[in-house]
Amino acid sequence: MSPAILELVLVTVVASSIPLVIAALGELVTERAGVLNLGVEGMMIMGAALGFAAAYTTGSTIVGALAGVAAGIAMAALFGLLTVALAINQVAAGLALTIFGVGLSGLLGAGFVGLKRDGAPQLNIPGLSDLPFAGKLIFGHDAFVYLAFALVASVAYWLTRTRSGLAMRAIGDNHESAHALGLPVRRTRFLAVLFGGACAGLAGAYLSLAYTPFWAPGMTAGRGWIALALVVFASWRPWRVVLGALLFGGATVLQLHAQAASLGLPGQLLSAAPYLATIVSLMALSIGVRRNGAAPAALGQAFIPPR
Amino acid sequence: MRIDLEPRPARSLAVDVAAPILALAAAILIGGVVVWLLGKSPTRAFSVYFVEPLLEGWSLQELAVKACPLALIAIGLSYCFRANLWNIGAEGQFVMGGLLGGWLAVATHNGAMQGALGGWWIMPAMLALGVIGGALYALVPALLRVWLGVSEILTSLMLVYVAELALDYVARGPLRDPKGFNFPQSVTFDDVARLPFLAEGERLHLGVLFALVALAVSAFVFARTLFGFEVRLVGEAPRAARFAGFSDKRLTLAVFAISGALAGLAGIAEVAGQIGQLQPKISPGYGFTAIIVAFLGRLSPFGILVASLVLALTYIGGEAAQVALKLPNDMTRAFQGVLLMCVLMADVATRYRVRIRLGAAP
Repeated sequence: MSPAILELVLVTVVASSIPLVIAALGELVTERAGVLNLGVEGMMIMGAALGFAAAYTTGSTIVGALAGVAAGIAMAALFGLLTVALAINQVAAGLALTIFGVGLSGLLGAGFVGLKRDGAPQLNIPGLSDLPFAGKLIFGHDAFVYLAFALVASVAYWLTRTRSGLAMRAIGDNHESAHALGLPVRRTRFLAVLFGGACAGLAGAYLSLAYTPFWAPGMTAGRGWIALALVVFASWRPWRVVLGALLFGGATVLQLHAQAASLGLPGQLLSAAPYLATIVSLMALSIGVRRNGAAPAALGQAFIPPR
Repeated sequence: MRIDLEPRPARSLAVDVAAPILALAAAILIGGVVVWLLGKSPTRAFSVYFVEPLLEGWSLQELAVKACPLALIAIGLSYCFRANLWNIGAEGQFVMGGLLGGWLAVATHNGAMQGALGGWWIMPAMLALGVIGGALYALVPALLRVWLGVSEILTSLMLVYVAELALDYVARGPLRDPKGFNFPQSVTFDDVARLPFLAEGERLHLGVLFALVALAVSAFVFARTLFGFEVRLVGEAPRAARFAGFSDKRLTLAVFAISGALAGLAGIAEVAGQIGQLQPKISPGYGFTAIIVAFLGRLSPFGILVASLVLALTYIGGEAAQVALKLPNDMTRAFQGVLLMCVLMADVATRYRVRIRLGAAP
């Protein structure tokens, strides 16, 4: 494989890992606060539908991205009302959110199926972007990619180096002690849920605005669920999410290339590869790491303040 | 603004029965608003969705045929959910049951493998394969949880995609009808490989009876047996269950095997009763809808029976609404999601008094 082709492949690997990075990062923050939101897939697909609808109507990618974020936040607010305010079982509420989001996105996006628009523009710095091998890989992506890495860096810094980040982790590990210390458990959790929704919405908008610049029902194809698995795979650490997402992006691209090369393997087996890889990586991780050692201790538990 | 939850001192049966009904009414109201926003008549939609399917004999039978897989899967899921275990991959177990059982029907097509035995054994063997296929497939996430501590939620869901792709592969590849003009489907099953219908020329097949038996047996298990008690104890008080000497690992495997077996049975009943051949897709999302059925039925067998009929109605009404009102099928999915949220909220209202205080927190 010539360096030019290898570079092209690596660029597509980065592109296909970006939605996973963004969505998993949002879910990571939500889970660090102690809330398990299984509705990522639903929030993501709403972001994809409304992001595309807004971008197509206004002709602006930025408006589209903002609409995707808004859709994700709205869905997350619903989830926060159910689980944080009303202390409803988080697994059940997350499933409801996904079922609802997949259905509603199909309803709202029905008028936009089959329409096309130009993808998000790619950064092009004369000179730098034309550097051999690394040029396109570092300087040739669309704005979402750089935004994703900026988000990871800020979240990593915020979680470990700031007072509010520490407070949120405390809430995720032991909500009763945090409450006794006077930390606003439910408000923090609600905000963390909203952040997760914003990220999932942005990840969905990336899919319909940049990755494949059109809207198709069900286009997230389980990426929301893979993002959830990535959080576990990353042991709830932001930079490991990037690593995991690149591995998965790589597996996806490899799978597409294998299908194109027609190796004689059934296409369905290759399509199943990302899902099987998710299971295998979760297994490998739990063999390697002390069981549930990395998970926020209060993950999935509802908090009802004592009166 | 803050929302406070005050535990209610005692729960009454009236509240327990009223809550899901109110939830259903609320979901229908919300659905009506959505239909109105889409520029259609809400009253007409209500009639198409929830009234007209109940007025004709054939659509009542269709209702029972659609409720059958929902009830079978949901009663299985209720074992898991009672034990606070989250099998959300019933869709995959359904598909695997259908695939494995359906394979036998294709393999014995036109008298192959039958010899002097005749074909009487084929249907029971297909059912057994369906049950085994579903149970083994459900045991994968259960074993991973017991051995390695891997979350059963994610693995069971990932396996849904894998099962769907596996079915797609066999229906287009090895089990495709060679004389089928390249249509991606198997041969039509022989009569010996079809579930008998309950009456000549009708749509109701034997699977409906399986569902009723599973509901009755489960009602007995939950109310009268030690195992039923163990399931609930592990779910509600895991520490107490450990002190009592119940093994939560054994229980995890048992409830997953039960729910997978029932989902697999539903799958083979659908393939051998309703469809009559293997196709790339055999389920309109029964495995996921059954999760809603289980919650709407409050995890009780009788509740699940009623809830399966309600959700089956949304499928039939949804099909009718596509034709009569040009409402897309996604309406049904969105409505099911709203319904589950309403059910969960109603459940909170039965356990707590919800007080909403406006203004800043004190």
